[in-house]
Amino acid sequence: MKRAARFFIFYAALFGLWTLLAGLKVWPPYLFPTPWGVGEALYAGFKDHSYFIAIRVSMQRVLIGYGISVVLGMILGLGVASNKFLEETMGGLLVSLQSLPSICWWPLALLWFGLNQNAILFVVVMGSLLSVTLAMEDGRKQMPKIFGQAGRNLGASGFKLFWYVLLPASLPFIVSGLKQGWAFAWRSLITAEMLYLSLGLGQVLMMGRDLNDMSAVIAVMVLIIAIGYLVDGIVFRGMERHLQNRWGLTSAT
Amino acid sequence: MSSRAHNVSAQLPIPVDALISPGTDVRESRLGLVSVSSRLRGNCHGVAKVALSEICLSYRAQSGERLLALDHINFEVKTGEFVCVVGPSGCGKSTLLHLIAGLHPQTSGQILVHGKPIQGTGTDRIMIFQEHALFPWLTVGQNVEFGMKMKGIGKPEREEKIHYYLHLVHLAKFKDSYIHQLSGGMRQRVAIARALATEPDVLLMDEPFAALDAQTRDLLHDELERIWSETGRTIIFVTHNVREAVRLGDRVVLLTFRPGRIKSEFPVGLPRPRHLEDPHVARAAREVLDELRDEINRSLEVEYNEGAKPRVEAGLKAGMRA
Repeated sequence: MKRAARFFIFYAALFGLWTLLAGLKVWPPYLFPTPWGVGEALYAGFKDHSYFIAIRVSMQRVLIGYGISVVLGMILGLGVASNKFLEETMGGLLVSLQSLPSICWWPLALLWFGLNQNAILFVVVMGSLLSVTLAMEDGRKQMPKIFGQAGRNLGASGFKLFWYVLLPASLPFIVSGLKQGWAFAWRSLITAEMLYLSLGLGQVLMMGRDLNDMSAVIAVMVLIIAIGYLVDGIVFRGMERHLQNRWGLTSAT
Repeated sequence: MSSRAHNVSAQLPIPVDALISPGTDVRESRLGLVSVSSRLRGNCHGVAKVALSEICLSYRAQSGERLLALDHINFEVKTGEFVCVVGPSGCGKSTLLHLIAGLHPQTSGQILVHGKPIQGTGTDRIMIFQEHALFPWLTVGQNVEFGMKMKGIGKPEREEKIHYYLHLVHLAKFKDSYIHQLSGGMRQRVAIARALATEPDVLLMDEPFAALDAQTRDLLHDELERIWSETGRTIIFVTHNVREAVRLGDRVVLLTFRPGRIKSEFPVGLPRPRHLEDPHVARAAREVLDELRDEINRSLEVEYNEGAKPRVEAGLKAGMRA
């Protein structure tokens, strides 16, 4: 109850401050919109279905791109974790590549794939692949060795060993990396979408700028934050809670 | 049921050396008290179930020198026999089990199971680890099912066996529980059920009860003895606890400390079911411990001098008792 009250007071104050600043008209309304202006923009955007379309297109892309990253990243991470040569050579490269913002791949992606969806997917994959790979590598190393031994002992080997033992055993150790990978994928996607006529949320955002409509810009920003937050809160928090329950990692509540 | 048998034997004025002197089959001379294993022994055809010949294992230490962990280990285990391997911590007894399980290759020598050299892991040899080897992402039932699933056994048969083996370890009610919801003793019973469900020829037990409290361990000893007599499996049981070894084994094999060599073997002819507190068990254990004392002292000395201890067993060696 108290928590809800604090929550309410904080956001009420934030909105109050925003309304006050907008009401003072220090800046013209098209540069500093009011909260209800943003609300109207959101309503209009959903009413003419343009936001629905943008969200669908963006979600589709991020799911494909992130999916590719997860599959590739798990294979790569597992390889790096279980092969000394790969670890010594590629391990360092992977870490250093992480300092590269994924949008730096955009020029290359344009030349390789052309100005189309594949270029965007490439940037999304490059944005999230590294976190998934490093998370998988780390998870594989942190995972108690005894699970692998027990699995082999009970007759699992090759793919069966990976699928039924190594993967589930390392999940608690890689879930935070998967979450980080998701955040990177989402950010990379929006960035890439802003750079060309892509139909996604990123383009809708840029359209607001082109039309000098700051209400629309902020409305899309709110959408991007909301989607990122929802996926994090529903998918990943749910996964973490599920794993904690299964493994009995929860401290007494 | 166990108390009556052991009370009878406790009253018998039999000298200790008669009970454990090598080669004497005490069971036959004991007022008709025949141990469970002798019935199973009758079935064996003279072929050793597990035979280790000239097993050596060496590894490169961090300093770069080659260290010998196991030195020419030779021993045989008969079908249906319960053999305990005892030695101070760090003597390589767990490693020996890993070799038999095929989880690790030996440097030289041969391991035969039923006359054939082993090739890697195999579901004819299932290991029960000290702890934490059950899969926490699966339910109790699914854990028991795991080995059968890997073997490709059909669903109806798997269900039937899950039921059977969970009953055997008295955990049928916990089929749908997760591992973290069980106590330490229950977990080891699940591990036993999981191992048995793949119907292995040989059970390899790596200090399975070392992390349990004394009462739970006593109960599990009784239960293991019962399960062993009901299923007729061959068991190789590794422990640092001499009394446990004497309480459970048909035979106790002593390993030396660094490198691991076989120091001696003690046939244990005490009637079953046995009990840990049985004075005969205690006396037999003392005999074994006397033989082992030098090795324990040597291992403690090395550990104190080295300061840091590479193994987790450090805390357990204090519990080494007769």
